[in-house]
Amino acid sequence: MFACIFVPNFPLAALYRAQPELRAQPVAIFEGKPPLEKIFAVNDIADRAGIAPGMTKAQAELCSELTLRPRSLLQESTAHAALLDCAQSFSPRVEDAACDTALIDLAGMESLFGPLPEIANHLFQCAASLGLDAHISVASNPDAAILAARGLPGVTVIPSGQEAEYLAPLPIEVLFANYSIDQSKVDDEKNKERLNSIQHDQKEEDCFLETLTRWGIRDLRALAALPEIALSERLGQSGLRLRQLALGAVSHTLVPLEASPVFEEAIELEYPILLLEPLAFLLNRLLDQICARLSARALATQELRLTLELENFSNRPSAINDGRAKICFQRTLRLPLPMLDAKLFLKLLQLDLNAHPPGAPILKIHLAAEPTRPRSAQGSLFLPPTPEPEKLELTLARIVGLVGESRVGALELLDTHRTEGFRMKRFMPALMSEGQKHLSRNSVPGTRNSEATVAALRMFRPPLRASVTLENGELARIICSKKKEVQGTVLWKAGPWRSSGDWWDREAWSRDEWDIALQNSEGIVLYRLMHDLLGGDWFVEGTYD
Amino acid sequence: MSSAVFSTSAARSRHFIFDAESAPETGPDLRRPQSTVKNRQSTILSNVVPASQLEVRPAPQMVSSGIAALDALTGGLPRGCLTEICGPASSGRTTLLLAALAAATQRGEFCAVVDASDALNPQSVAYSDVELGRLLWVRCGENTLPKQNLPKEKKTFKSEQQYAEHSLEQLLHATDLLLESGGFGLIALDLGDLPPQTARRIPLTTWFRFRRAVEHTPTVLLSIERQSIAGSCSSLLLKLESHRIEPTNLPASVPVHTQLLTELKITAEIVRSRMERQPPCSEITFAGKTAWAG
Repeated sequence: MFACIFVPNFPLAALYRAQPELRAQPVAIFEGKPPLEKIFAVNDIADRAGIAPGMTKAQAELCSELTLRPRSLLQESTAHAALLDCAQSFSPRVEDAACDTALIDLAGMESLFGPLPEIANHLFQCAASLGLDAHISVASNPDAAILAARGLPGVTVIPSGQEAEYLAPLPIEVLFANYSIDQSKVDDEKNKERLNSIQHDQKEEDCFLETLTRWGIRDLRALAALPEIALSERLGQSGLRLRQLALGAVSHTLVPLEASPVFEEAIELEYPILLLEPLAFLLNRLLDQICARLSARALATQELRLTLELENFSNRPSAINDGRAKICFQRTLRLPLPMLDAKLFLKLLQLDLNAHPPGAPILKIHLAAEPTRPRSAQGSLFLPPTPEPEKLELTLARIVGLVGESRVGALELLDTHRTEGFRMKRFMPALMSEGQKHLSRNSVPGTRNSEATVAALRMFRPPLRASVTLENGELARIICSKKKEVQGTVLWKAGPWRSSGDWWDREAWSRDEWDIALQNSEGIVLYRLMHDLLGGDWFVEGTYD
Repeated sequence: MSSAVFSTSAARSRHFIFDAESAPETGPDLRRPQSTVKNRQSTILSNVVPASQLEVRPAPQMVSSGIAALDALTGGLPRGCLTEICGPASSGRTTLLLAALAAATQRGEFCAVVDASDALNPQSVAYSDVELGRLLWVRCGENTLPKQNLPKEKKTFKSEQQYAEHSLEQLLHATDLLLESGGFGLIALDLGDLPPQTARRIPLTTWFRFRRAVEHTPTVLLSIERQSIAGSCSSLLLKLESHRIEPTNLPASVPVHTQLLTELKITAEIVRSRMERQPPCSEITFAGKTAWAG
């Protein structure tokens, strides 16, 4: 058995995914180059108001309540990708029949998902969860399923052998796919060839439709009743094929889809957005859709790419586009682990945009997720506590917003003798947890391998500039203007120890280090004193504590 | 004119109620009409538990501080409690902190240090055998957050006091976030270089909130400071001192560079402990060797 998912009025369905609030309004989509834009698709409410495809935009604008939107191929492609995700969540054998139609081979699926009506209902719910108002049909051959989905709304299950009965009342228009591609927006050579082929087929189908209409054939029952030989004499093999389709007797072999899934969602805005709050509202919608699509394929994501098209007013006035040139602003969110939580992603994006705002009004939002296998972790009762990856990621993002990106993370020592020879790297406990298994079995928890306690040095950042008084070439007195408590007579000293490095670089360094003891109000304090041999200044670097 | 104060219950000839089950019945004279006040009273009374029936709070689990002598004194550091370590500069606070971090990371736990003065030395951390990948370091102080839709601005501070207050604000906020996140074996607040007058500005309610946040969790909350500031919120308060360094009289022929700082002698004293364990003595002395001492 085969199932077909068909999304009627596909350009509008793609628009509704991005802006569901438009469902209750009269909406028309236009395409073409100004000033020759024409109406391409209308919804039922606009149709009742008298707006029809083929009208010019100027004519349609006379209807004050009408909402006009330009056609967005990007939205349609993401809707198409969502349609395929829905299909592939049920079966690996899916044919991409058209941009608004997907065919699924249901062989062997009944043992997994239950009887055919249940599968059809699940398909309907899955498509609805992805924002698609689809027709679902199940039949014994793919072509009958396509025709039933095009003509019958809701969920239809055609028992085997009854295809002709179910298809009989459908209008003949269902035999002909009525979808066109905007030639001006196709850049790819391969797509151009396919485009030409589709346009040729459409012309032929228009011719057949016109002929059958003139003959008074209105539905598939009438077409199926035509004599075979007479039909072939007048319309040839194509006519015969149409008759077989009307009987539900044609079956083509499914061509499974092999394309790698792309998880992207986009929305073009009617007017630019200035604030981050309304942007968050739209991002929430896009993230919900992406996560639903990933979930349908049992995938997660470890990288989110947000691209915002910004408005930029150029200095030179231009008559064509009102002097506006578009610029792109991109942010990439890299997660330590595969995750699938739309609320978490939204919060992380909000925190990131708060720290790095776009700086200009936003015209278009494009969000892409890199799919990956979800993580699997086996819990254990006896492992030490570990921060939850999702909570920790949000906490770290909030702390970054507080102290800055380079001031929170894990330490990494660099291969240098320079004093501040370290850098901050990303804190990723999830990756460290896997190393817990490699802890030495001989080490007793709670004790260190080395018995000696190491005396620590506390740093002053930046180092404190000091005035040093020498007596007979020896350190006698230190004064720090910035920190009053770091001053006094040098009671004890050790040093100097000379070090230098990076002499081949611009950042060469050379220094003498001393360990000194000063008396202050709290007692005797041990400091590290540094003499910069290149600059000649003295600094107090830190305290032994 | 003399005045007398009467107990309300005595005035109504009612017994003081200790046990909700033995509440005396009121006679017809004292019966009140049904009201929400009476219902609320009975609800409150039903929740009153006599002292003899209170649950015994279990003693907190103790974990090693990384220093054997200190573990012998205190029994270790308590989980789910606030521990304060106070002392002047060069008293060994940071040495103890790094030892505790090393012990925690060796146990396989993750730790966090919220550093108010950005004073942590990575080389000292590495020498102390702390597993760097298990340590989260939050460096307070600078703020390079851009304002909305404007280029980045560095916040400028008019005085050291203002800078210290800003760091303190960041420390408190970051600590709240880390405690809420959970999952850390040890969270350390390093207030060691903050002026005491700034550190004392932390309200007791904040310490109370921190303590409640770690209660019933396996997290050790450690605070390093110059003077004790958490009051009764800390379950263990240790005071550290360094041994007085006597300047040696060197003969003229011995060059100064033969002197070497080899160890830091530290004295630790328990000022307050809410642990049931009786310490064998009130103070101990241990030494922190420098990394080059061998």
